[in-house]
Amino acid sequence: MAEKLNRNDIAKRISQEISDGQVVNLGIGIPTLVANYIPDEVNIMLQSENGLLGIGPFPLEENMDADLINAGKQTISEAPGSSYFSSAESFAMIRGGHVDLTVLGAMQVDESGSIANWMIPGKMIKGMGGAMDLVAGAKRVVVAMQHTDRKGNPKLLKKCNLPLTGVNCIHKIVTDMAVVDITDQGFVLKETAPGFSVEDVVKATEAHLIIDPEVRPMDL
Amino acid sequence: MSQNKVYSSADEALKGVADNMTILVGGFGLCGIPENLILALKNTGAKKLTCISNNAGVDDFGLGYLLQTKQIKKMVSSYVGENSIFEKQFLDKELDVEFNPQGTLAERIRAGGAGIPGFYTPTGVGTQVAEGKEIRNFDGRDYVLETGLHGEFALVKAWKGDKFGNLIFRKTARNFNPMMATAGKITVAEVEELVEVGELNPDEIHTPGIYVQRIIQGPSYEKRIEQKTFLEG
Repeated sequence: MAEKLNRNDIAKRISQEISDGQVVNLGIGIPTLVANYIPDEVNIMLQSENGLLGIGPFPLEENMDADLINAGKQTISEAPGSSYFSSAESFAMIRGGHVDLTVLGAMQVDESGSIANWMIPGKMIKGMGGAMDLVAGAKRVVVAMQHTDRKGNPKLLKKCNLPLTGVNCIHKIVTDMAVVDITDQGFVLKETAPGFSVEDVVKATEAHLIIDPEVRPMDL
Repeated sequence: MSQNKVYSSADEALKGVADNMTILVGGFGLCGIPENLILALKNTGAKKLTCISNNAGVDDFGLGYLLQTKQIKKMVSSYVGENSIFEKQFLDKELDVEFNPQGTLAERIRAGGAGIPGFYTPTGVGTQVAEGKEIRNFDGRDYVLETGLHGEFALVKAWKGDKFGNLIFRKTARNFNPMMATAGKITVAEVEELVEVGELNPDEIHTPGIYVQRIIQGPSYEKRIEQKTFLEG
């Protein structure tokens, strides 16, 4: 079987979902990498839920500032035109539908667009952070995830069996095997990763996949 | 100014803290935490505290200090991933944790300080967070009822403050501090630079002094960074 996409390739594909002028919130992990692939001519504002609109690149070592971090607690810089605000204001932006797009990771997504990404019963719970607010409030929610777990079990399910982060809120899933849209009819397979057939993706998916008549290979 | 809000030390400023109290503690991760007041809170020896704080510090800094001494009985937080003592006490059931979505936590504190006992939010509908809570439909969408939060004390950190308690925060160290300042029966602020009344530009104040009952200038700041990320020069 072909090699699945790596984290950077998933991020690269997701970067194509972002358009000029948008306000975008990127979650921790693969979503953070999306920022590396946004073309220079696409100007966006990255929102950090700890209170910054306008994340800039990582600073030089001598410019690191303990008072300037992103939601992953990494030192960052401010972009031109940025603004700072409190956590309440930050989530007013998010919950109030002012953020155009959020990208976040998931353990499971199901065909009704529900997502589970914050706890596994019996294991240490770290907390949901801002994920529940982001999926409930952003205009568009894109998930970055592996198509199956390490044992090969599907993570795109008929119904999530882990505790949910949000219901009916996901619009698109980009995995290491495919791009899947979530519609009123359920999952629609739009693209396959290089080297994978539609059948390969169907086999690795528990939920029913509607095959888009124009399904095509991912353009990376 | 007839009322003197300025205290000589963090320990002095926490007079009145007692067992079983609910204490709000500002900061996001280790950014903008009231590091001197947290040490003073440890020094009070108060036990069975409920701490409302987005995170729980790390093992050897921030609220981690009070976990070491087992002074906290309950945390109200949104994310606690950075702390192994926390994990052990949580798994051993020595520590009770109420997880709130971060935006819900922020808004609950804002509401608590603004005299609003409850509000409806779309966040968490259909999840564990909404279990047992009232759901109400507005214009075709379900919302869950969340309640306001407040505490006997709120401990906050600002960059600059004046002797009336007006506060200015710096960059992302603002985070939960402004809301928490409004939600403490007694709000204690620590600042890096304490100035005379009249020295701050009124247009630039983030937290008006009405919310602050006690203020100190912190003797020193470590301002530890959790994840040092930088570009090679």
